[in-house]
Amino acid sequence: MSKPENSNQNAHEFLKGLWDENPVFVAVLGMCPALAVTNTAINSLAMGLATTFVLVCSSILVSLLKSVIPKQVRITAYIIIIATFVTVVDFLLAAFTPAVHKELGAFIALIVVNCLILGRQEAFASKNTVGLSILDALGMSAGFTFAMLCIGIPREILGSGSLFDVLLFGDGFEPWVVMILPPGGFFMLGFLLLGFNWYSQKKKERELMKKN
Amino acid sequence: MDNLIWIFVSALLINNFTLSYFLGLCPFLGVSGKLETAFRLGLANIFVMLITAACAYILNTWVLVYAPYLRLISFIIVIASSVQFVEMAMKKLSPDLFRALGIFLPLITTNCAILGLALFSTNKGYGFIEGMVYALGAGGGVTLALVLLAGVREETKILDIPNVIRGTAINLIIAGIISMAFMGFAGLFST
Repeated sequence: MSKPENSNQNAHEFLKGLWDENPVFVAVLGMCPALAVTNTAINSLAMGLATTFVLVCSSILVSLLKSVIPKQVRITAYIIIIATFVTVVDFLLAAFTPAVHKELGAFIALIVVNCLILGRQEAFASKNTVGLSILDALGMSAGFTFAMLCIGIPREILGSGSLFDVLLFGDGFEPWVVMILPPGGFFMLGFLLLGFNWYSQKKKERELMKKN
Repeated sequence: MDNLIWIFVSALLINNFTLSYFLGLCPFLGVSGKLETAFRLGLANIFVMLITAACAYILNTWVLVYAPYLRLISFIIVIASSVQFVEMAMKKLSPDLFRALGIFLPLITTNCAILGLALFSTNKGYGFIEGMVYALGAGGGVTLALVLLAGVREETKILDIPNVIRGTAINLIIAGIISMAFMGFAGLFST
């Protein structure tokens, strides 16, 4: 989808998170929130945006402070930075959208231990400039939000017959309740990963065919 | 006493941390390849959860009443360092126990199940004894889920499964089926 860094690095840093290195589908990181709060599309979107905020802010701060933080305590320093921004987003959501905050509950606080965020600080923001880190963080969180919606939208449609709280089907629709319950999360992500594997396998086969 | 049993069974089966809250999924999918490793990871989880519950109670009672906005940061730092401390003590006092659990401790110190336990027991306002029982139930639940998944996964290795579904995809679907079975416990206690 995107070209290697030499031609257009900025676009590459942004686009890789969306597809080639998608945090949920390819790296299988950040699974707890991806499954726990994706029972409706709105919750998925809110979780995606909250994670975006935390990831972008901590990437900026980490890439600014990278020369100041001693190497031995860097992980602790990253966690403190991340926890600070999660506290901020927790209070922001509680103040402006109390309903969503109540739905997501402790899972907002659990953004701290989302491996995706710590992983990006360690692998990218601590080694690159502020500009590139912002692009990387935006791309990764866009990929995360995209994945959350990929799981959340079908779960809400199948499980309660609605999308963003708008009813889609008439009265005759019998909701497939298991999809909004915990097992539905496991099934949906399992089937999405299956589709993803199948697609990349097909792509590889096609490339092999071309070569021969 | 009834209350304590209820807390224990609820955390163990009905609101299982892994299968209905999706907490601690990374080790759940990563280390559940072999039955024995899975069981030991589960025991290490129980151990860390008990330490966590004690830390959370101490912090909540004496520190966080003055500064509630420090909750997340202090939970993480205090839990991580006390686990490290107990690990060092264990290495010295009981090398056998250390050999059995030691390598897993750094792995689970700040995973979501541990922080989740601290946050949930705070939200529910549990006291010391209730918190410890809750931790025991939650840790037992995680162990149970790990052992069940590992058992099925050992079987899938020798089965004829299409290549595209191997790996995380099949594990998630197995986990979904186990989770569905656990939903049957929902009506266990009627209040």
